[in-house]
Amino acid sequence: MIKEEEKPQPQTSLRSMRDYLAPGARDMKPSGIRRFFDLAAGRKDIITLGVGEPDFVTPWHVRDACIYSLERGKTQYTSNAGMPELREAIGQYLNDSFQVKYNPADEILVTVGGSEAIDLALRALITPGDEILVPEPCYITYSPITTLSGGVAVGVETFAEDNFKLRVESLQAALTPRSKVLILCYPSNPTGGIMTYEDWLPIAKFAEENDLIVISDEIYAELTYGMKHVSFAAMPGMKERTILVSGFSKAFAMTGWRMGYACGHPELIGAMLKIHQYTIMCAPIMGQIAALEALRNGLEEKDRMVESYNQRRRIVVQGFRQIGLECHEPQGAFYAFPSVKSTGLTSEEFATRLLQEYSVAAVPGDVFGKGGEGHLRCSYASSIANLTEAIDRIGQFVQKLKAN
Amino acid sequence: MSELKTKILELLKEDARRSAELIATMLDAEASAVSQAIAELEQEHVIVKYAAVVNPSKIDEEKVTALIEVQITPERGRGFEGIAERIYQYPEVQSVYLMSGAYDLLVEVQGKTLNEVASFVSSKLSTIDAVLSTKTFFILKKYKQDGIIFEEREDDHRLLVSP
Repeated sequence: MIKEEEKPQPQTSLRSMRDYLAPGARDMKPSGIRRFFDLAAGRKDIITLGVGEPDFVTPWHVRDACIYSLERGKTQYTSNAGMPELREAIGQYLNDSFQVKYNPADEILVTVGGSEAIDLALRALITPGDEILVPEPCYITYSPITTLSGGVAVGVETFAEDNFKLRVESLQAALTPRSKVLILCYPSNPTGGIMTYEDWLPIAKFAEENDLIVISDEIYAELTYGMKHVSFAAMPGMKERTILVSGFSKAFAMTGWRMGYACGHPELIGAMLKIHQYTIMCAPIMGQIAALEALRNGLEEKDRMVESYNQRRRIVVQGFRQIGLECHEPQGAFYAFPSVKSTGLTSEEFATRLLQEYSVAAVPGDVFGKGGEGHLRCSYASSIANLTEAIDRIGQFVQKLKAN
Repeated sequence: MSELKTKILELLKEDARRSAELIATMLDAEASAVSQAIAELEQEHVIVKYAAVVNPSKIDEEKVTALIEVQITPERGRGFEGIAERIYQYPEVQSVYLMSGAYDLLVEVQGKTLNEVASFVSSKLSTIDAVLSTKTFFILKKYKQDGIIFEEREDDHRLLVSP
């Protein structure tokens, strides 16, 4: 491979292309996950625990509804906020499942994945210099998007010994007069941590006392085990100051459709809708039709998928503990987040060698921010045969490391 | 049936080679309780046997399968049971269902050749006194059986690592 600086520079009168880039884009760090993707790319022998999406294909009735609508020529724009019947269905679903009421007319916006909703929310809220509190380890998107808008992402560490629940004292310590937004992502990618009603209470009080707007990314809301997810927006008094972000990817195995939504106060959703209408126009109609079908007829199949994740969750957690890795009990999403500290390696070293020497891909915890170092994100959205083989190989690696 | 047994059956129907220990982990139950439940299911003949599901098109040996709609006159006192038993005793018969609708029994018959199946129908099945009529439909291809799709396809199209 040629190193960057040795590459022949093309003859041009232009300055270095980098000089044309806006500082925000130029200085944005590539995701740490990208490096592992490149390391693993093209290798057929790899067992991967690195995948952040369901291993189910979208249920057939959902795909079929989309095909049928295409045959009937449904290929147009929809209203900017999304098809009215889809917004109705989302409103109904959120009320039935999480007891939080939104008016489909002006409190629900259909987006291109939950990712767009997060982008819109941050862009609509941040003025340069604003501080955004981000509990970590967390999904990798919040901090770069915040920085792009001139905001400052302030990581708030969570800990394995708390099952990665958010401590209000940690928030308190990170609070400054410039704090404006709190981002929550529970059930958590990458830790599998969840927050119960009682866990939320002090956080809700904190948000109210400090007048914070909360962006609650609840994309994994349907994937909880042993208890029902409590939406932060359903906490007393919190709906007004919360933008609820969710989508269809995880619950209905619809990642590639890019279907998400944001719900909140009409002023906030209205501002997000303005950005959305100029940048995106509307979410693709095919995805919207599929999403509608998922909400109307897909809840039973969703329950079956959740049950299957739960069975596999138990296999991996027990597996990691048996091979001598500490592993807290993840109660949501489809990730286990075992600690590799006992091996003496950093997450990065452990994951790199695991991939190179044992052909198992997993994501090192440090890429998810504070508190991630020393852990490994392992997705159990994979076949039982793959999971047991992967754990077996990780076990061999751990044994070798501990023997030295 | 207990919830544990129902769940064990679901898991064994997906893969009969799963061990009691694995099933116990998957269901968050005691391994001994799972072993005990499986033993009971076997004794009670709920689990009849553990058999492989075979893709017929992968086997060189030629086989012909037909579905036969059979109309019968029920017997006084026994209804369809006696006739059904006379039919399902034949080793050629793979399955027998009592149906609602235009006919009474749906019989699946397997043979080496078309002729063999046809002659089974004409000499064995149609000649039973209570049988009024038969209609034979030969199966050309099996796409899916008992919830299992036979066509092989690559099922994991996901990126190896994603956020």
